[in-house]
Amino acid sequence: MSSITVTPSRRGFSFGEYVTCLNGIVWREALRFLHQRERFVSALVRPLVWLFIFAAGFRQVLGISIIPPYETYILYEVYIAPGLMAMIQLFNGMQSSLSMVYDREMGNMRTLLVSPLPRGYLLFCKLLAGTAVSLLQVYAFLVIAWLWDIAPPPIGYLTVLPALVLSGLMLGALGMLISSGIKQLENFAGVMNFVIFPMFFASSALYPLWRVQEGSPMLYYVCQLNPFTHAVELIRFALYGQINWISLGVVAGCTAVFMIGAILAYDPSRGLARRGPAGGET
Amino acid sequence: MWRRYLLSGTVLWLAAAAPASAFMAYVSNEKGNTVSVIDTDSWTVTKTIKVGQRPRGIEFSRDGKFVMVAVGDDDTIQVIDAKKQEVVDTLPSGPDPELFAQDAAGKVMYVANENDNTVTVIDLEKRARIGDVQVGVEPEGMTISPDGKILINTSETTNMAHFIDTSTRQIVANVLVDARPRFAEFKHDGSELWISSEIGGTVSIIDPVKHVVTGKVTFSIPGLRSEAIQPVGIGMTKDDKTAFVALGPANRVAVVDAVSHKVTKYLLVGQRVWHMAFTPDEKYLLVTNGVSNDVSVIDVAAQKVIKTIQVGELPWGVTIAQP
Repeated sequence: MSSITVTPSRRGFSFGEYVTCLNGIVWREALRFLHQRERFVSALVRPLVWLFIFAAGFRQVLGISIIPPYETYILYEVYIAPGLMAMIQLFNGMQSSLSMVYDREMGNMRTLLVSPLPRGYLLFCKLLAGTAVSLLQVYAFLVIAWLWDIAPPPIGYLTVLPALVLSGLMLGALGMLISSGIKQLENFAGVMNFVIFPMFFASSALYPLWRVQEGSPMLYYVCQLNPFTHAVELIRFALYGQINWISLGVVAGCTAVFMIGAILAYDPSRGLARRGPAGGET
Repeated sequence: MWRRYLLSGTVLWLAAAAPASAFMAYVSNEKGNTVSVIDTDSWTVTKTIKVGQRPRGIEFSRDGKFVMVAVGDDDTIQVIDAKKQEVVDTLPSGPDPELFAQDAAGKVMYVANENDNTVTVIDLEKRARIGDVQVGVEPEGMTISPDGKILINTSETTNMAHFIDTSTRQIVANVLVDARPRFAEFKHDGSELWISSEIGGTVSIIDPVKHVVTGKVTFSIPGLRSEAIQPVGIGMTKDDKTAFVALGPANRVAVVDAVSHKVTKYLLVGQRVWHMAFTPDEKYLLVTNGVSNDVSVIDVAAQKVIKTIQVGELPWGVTIAQP
């Protein structure tokens, strides 16, 4: 009789094991980010182009109104800074989803998904890793913006952090949900046209909503329904030490919905898009 | 030992948390015929006082007990009791008084009467008119040299700064400046006299002894036509190192290095920024924005606009003191 002992399946994992898993995923994402310097540069160049070039031509767009959370008149570049911070996170979220499609095509995702930890937790770790990377990008942008005389109150740099984490999670979860429906890397261009551009332009990132309302009441309602608008406003208020409760509710709610959607979509037995085994398409 | 640390820590925390002593800012609303009172602690309008027609020049009396406001269309200066916050008396000016200046002791007041080409001299103790000085057309800017010997009056149409000897009440010199001189301000050490020219778009720096223009501050804001840059109010810090100049419809206050006479920064404020006043501790500078009906608060050390407060219709002048 062989003396092989079979370890009974464990009912749970220790806290340390969860942390090790999170550490591994975050570290991999960070390494991937650090090894792609072009990605870091391009993530910064994009909002800076908007800030330095676009904002210069649109100084009059704000008119003479004072809009909360601002307590006085502001220049246009000050107005669009929170929108550009959210844009960094939007692109980062989509980039993460792109990397998930890539991982699936290349078979790397199998390594991730064979982990015995719950699938939902793995996806959440991936989401956190992506959000952490977006925070690095946003704070680098804030440093450059500060040199450009866009200086929120010092406490704002701290109070904006939870808002950035939440909006990063929401946009990352959205990216993840979308990535579950994309079978090939080539299809990703569609995400640019159907997700990123409409979300960014139909929001309060570039112009205050009262301006949009003046131009088109219909578009105003679309902007109001756009979760990206609320991510921008959450960041904008937090940057000035205030909380926009409606935006907080919308962003938290959307994060939960997108996250649950992504977990369901990545569950092989219930996936929204029927796929073969992970990493097996190629 | 730790108790002592705890106690001193608490005392420090309390000292830091205690609000700075509040000042009261009085803003004249030219079109609203009111004076708005702003608490500089809460930055809110605590009272609106009904005054005469077209209130413009406004200043605290030297003892801080009264606020005097020139009500141009009523041809008089009204006196507001700072405690009661209501008009209690009037002073006899000439027709259409606009700006005025008091001597250091607060005994004599000089009023520029825009429609009469005169400066009226008023004895503040007797509250009586004691003389007139004939000056150029449309007199406006008024200031007194730190030694009290020279009164400066600018006349908007004659484009001159008139130097008036306060003892003889005679003009001793006239200096030609750029078009439409609005406001005059001495450096605290008396070494320079600054005159803003609304249409000329400059601030002339005058040597008060030689009576010559020695330099000019010029302004340029990207994206704005030069006609939109119309300097009016000037505020000089007590150390004479920094000056703030309100640029009217440019909606900006220029921060000027008062030594090199170069603009270092433009601060965005409301529409048609006109006059300004420092809080007595010089922590804040309040500027009136006529067209947008508000007052912007500038953090002087940080050189940043921190707040804008709605006041009455067409705010024009502002004065601040301890209540």
